[in-house]
Amino acid sequence: MAGPPMPRLSMQGDRVLIGALGACALLSGGVLVLILGFLLLETGPLLASGHVAGALFGAEWHPADHTFGLRAMIAGSLAVSGLALSWAAPAGVVVAVWGRLYAPAVLGRLYRGVIDILAGIPSVVYGFWGLLAIVPAINRVRPPGTSLLAGGLVLGLMILPLCALSTDAGLARVPQSYLRAAAALGLSRFGTLTRILLPQAWPAIVAGCVLQLGRALGETMAVVMVCGNVVEVPDSLFAPVRTLTANIALEMAYASGWHQRALFMSGLVLLMVTMVLFGLTQGLRKRPHED
Amino acid sequence: MRIEGARDRWAAALFGGASLMIMALPLLMLVEVVGAGLPRLSSEFLYAPPMDAGRAGGIGPMIVSTLAILAVCLFAALPVGLGCALYLAECVTAGGRAARALGYSLDVLGGVPSIVFGLFGYRLFAIELGLGFSILSGGLTLACMVLPLLIRVSEEALRATPPSYRQAAAALGLSQGGFLRRVLVPAAAPGIAAALILSIGRALAESAALLFTAGYVTRLPDSVFDSGRALAVHIYDLSMNVAGGEASAAATAVVLVGLLVLINICARRLGQTVHRMQRA
Repeated sequence: MAGPPMPRLSMQGDRVLIGALGACALLSGGVLVLILGFLLLETGPLLASGHVAGALFGAEWHPADHTFGLRAMIAGSLAVSGLALSWAAPAGVVVAVWGRLYAPAVLGRLYRGVIDILAGIPSVVYGFWGLLAIVPAINRVRPPGTSLLAGGLVLGLMILPLCALSTDAGLARVPQSYLRAAAALGLSRFGTLTRILLPQAWPAIVAGCVLQLGRALGETMAVVMVCGNVVEVPDSLFAPVRTLTANIALEMAYASGWHQRALFMSGLVLLMVTMVLFGLTQGLRKRPHED
Repeated sequence: MRIEGARDRWAAALFGGASLMIMALPLLMLVEVVGAGLPRLSSEFLYAPPMDAGRAGGIGPMIVSTLAILAVCLFAALPVGLGCALYLAECVTAGGRAARALGYSLDVLGGVPSIVFGLFGYRLFAIELGLGFSILSGGLTLACMVLPLLIRVSEEALRATPPSYRQAAAALGLSQGGFLRRVLVPAAAPGIAAALILSIGRALAESAALLFTAGYVTRLPDSVFDSGRALAVHIYDLSMNVAGGEASAAATAVVLVGLLVLINICARRLGQTVHRMQRA
């Protein structure tokens, strides 16, 4: 940040206040450490006991027999989230580009308001609508309707506004001077979009989509409601699936002992994936030129 | 001046058509949910207790539980969050090591799945601290969840205050504490309020983190140590576990979404105030 140096204020008599602020900061920063700590605390004995040795990615999930293979759930999570992102990301980019470049002013403002509101709608409402409209529609084609496809559609609809918002933010950060230069060179709107805006904003758009992949993998309620929750690696779009998150939500109510530890282990896997994806987005964001 | 070619007209039509179709989907969703819920909605629905597992009656106790959970959440998150935001904006150099580490931790925390917050809240508040399935457990879990959002938006508001305020404070010989209390926080108040409102929206929409922290008992809670069912959890339970509960679930969804839209509008208004201040 350029500009004149900020004058320093006297800190006399404020040690208590500054200390309290520091404590707040420490507490806030510590929540993540606490979460990681408690998940490890619960998962540790399970990992040490040999119940999951080599079986963490096994195909069998039989809590009663202490077999805790997560393969079907991991496959389910990846399939549902991948499907959701595969249509929501392009759709989100299209909506954002339209909103920024082509939309008439009134519609553009309206669209932004709608996107904002959609981004805040609870996931249970999306899930409820999935049950109300999408699952019966799929059921007519291929029963039972609760399926990977239903999950992908509902989840995609949930992350679409977020993909649009992050794309919009990426487009907004393209330097104005580039756009003025493009206009001076007589570039058409379409040319400006494909030659300048998209290439410039690309890292931000991809980072935003990766972030939404994390959101999709972590989503619970909408997925529990429309996916059917059968523990099996899905073999078609119409197969019911159970995700890692759904597994926790469904079984935590009655789990105890090793079974409960296995659910904490699913939570730990989710947290790790979130952290890796976040690391990826940081890497992507840093790359664009910094002039 | 822009040169509009044939390609531009095509692109405009294509993008516009696709966007309108895409945007129609969620609007269709809202229309369908509202259509399914409106017939069930009445003033009695808002305060009556549920009957027949929620198929009949109302959502009175859930509204009380939701507000109680929200109150606990804000009571815990606001002081800590504001403190942390002030610390980030005032006590550390932006881009320095402490600011980066804290920022990183908060950004990761913001992406942690809500069900993981649920596991953590269950383990720490319900088991470790012995609070059990209670409004207190649920509210504190939500407090951890909304912290990153609350802190980041407040921090932005604090940083957006004009530098001349600080220069004036220094010229007057104000101490740092006096500057924070008398100048900085009041000046950033609209932005902090916007952060608070966004956090309320996030907390109201949450259900996964509440399943095994606040519980899902439908009766009116008699204290914060009692279990209570939030509105979002009620929608989940009605549509998953109660055959014939769709109408009540839809009506509850209308109430919840209505609240959230109202909150969104408030946040927008405050956001505009902040922008005006920045320009001034």
